[in-house]
Amino acid sequence: MRSWTERLMPTPVRSVMLFVVWLLLNNSVAPIHLVAATLLALGIPLLTAGFRDQQTPFRHWRQALIYLLRVLMDIVLANIQIIRVVLGPNRLLKPGFVLVPLELQAALPLTILACTVSLTPGTVSAEILPYQDDPTENMGERFLLVHVLDLNDEAALIQEIKQRYEQPLREMFEC
Amino acid sequence: MLTQIVLAAMVLIGLGLLLNLWALLRGPSIPDRLLALDTMYINSIALLLCYGIYGASNLHFEAALLIAMLGFVSTVAVCKFMLRGDIIE
Amino acid sequence: MTGLEWVIALLVLLGAIFVLIGSVALVKLPDFYTRLHGPTKATTLGLGSLVLASLLFFNFVLDELSLQQLLIALFLFITAPVTAYMLVKAGLHRNVDAVSATKNKHLMQLSEKQRPK
Repeated sequence: MRSWTERLMPTPVRSVMLFVVWLLLNNSVAPIHLVAATLLALGIPLLTAGFRDQQTPFRHWRQALIYLLRVLMDIVLANIQIIRVVLGPNRLLKPGFVLVPLELQAALPLTILACTVSLTPGTVSAEILPYQDDPTENMGERFLLVHVLDLNDEAALIQEIKQRYEQPLREMFEC
Repeated sequence: MLTQIVLAAMVLIGLGLLLNLWALLRGPSIPDRLLALDTMYINSIALLLCYGIYGASNLHFEAALLIAMLGFVSTVAVCKFMLRGDIIE
Repeated sequence: MTGLEWVIALLVLLGAIFVLIGSVALVKLPDFYTRLHGPTKATTLGLGSLVLASLLFFNFVLDELSLQQLLIALFLFITAPVTAYMLVKAGLHRNVDAVSATKNKHLMQLSEKQRPK
């Protein structure tokens, strides 16, 4: 039996997020907006609880924060590198596709990994293979298809993605 | 001084919009054109942000948010159509 | 002009330059898959920089609390990879050709085979 707090607020983090986003959207902390934000933060999770998939929970907030900061740093640093590639002559360009073998299985960490790979310059994630129709099905080993703008060393790139992004995600989600 | 710099930034972003228009008209494939259109959305958000600093008013930011949402939803919708629309399922 | 205003000016210029580079990449790069890299990253970072500038400007120069811009940056950082992902999928599905210098071109067919009919 779930406690009454759990039933009233099935997803506390989402409730807090909704509250903050509503206040940001209105750009004010007037009492009327606080009341409306509270109502929405409590009401929306309750209304949508029925059709939400169960996601892998994670509790390591400190690691998540470190991960976020590292990704932000990487975005800024590697963009400077991209400028050189973009403004240089086209014939020096070495684009390519790479298959990165994945150890993550669950949907949420995979989504975060794919988004991170897309945001960090030089790589865009194209697809997770093989295609999964049924979310409960066990697919065995899966791959992330990545398009790279400037491909020099395939093995090094795979190693970097696995160590820099996949490893912290596995620690964060304990899988 | 700040207003001049913001004006210069707006000129740069406007230039970017023109380049996007060129890419949109040149194509050659439909995903290419869609990509150019999506970039145009984002550039117009940048233009609105600059305009907000220039006019010292944050009234335009809601419009910027709306453009961001409409741009995202319409791009994804057209992509989805390209992925599914031309196959007989 | 105070020091803070210089910082804001620098951020605005940097943001505008990044946005412009994203657009230049769109026109200059040789094929669809390489072009995708410009808008998803350079432009998003440029917008992040512009948002930071406007946050500083409204909160510290004009001294009024305004955090709405944060929402724009947040939204864009979440949606940019999704848009890129959908565009690549659409491109692969339509068999948009990659430039001949592309390594591992055979992987492009891989995604097509895996898709259920």
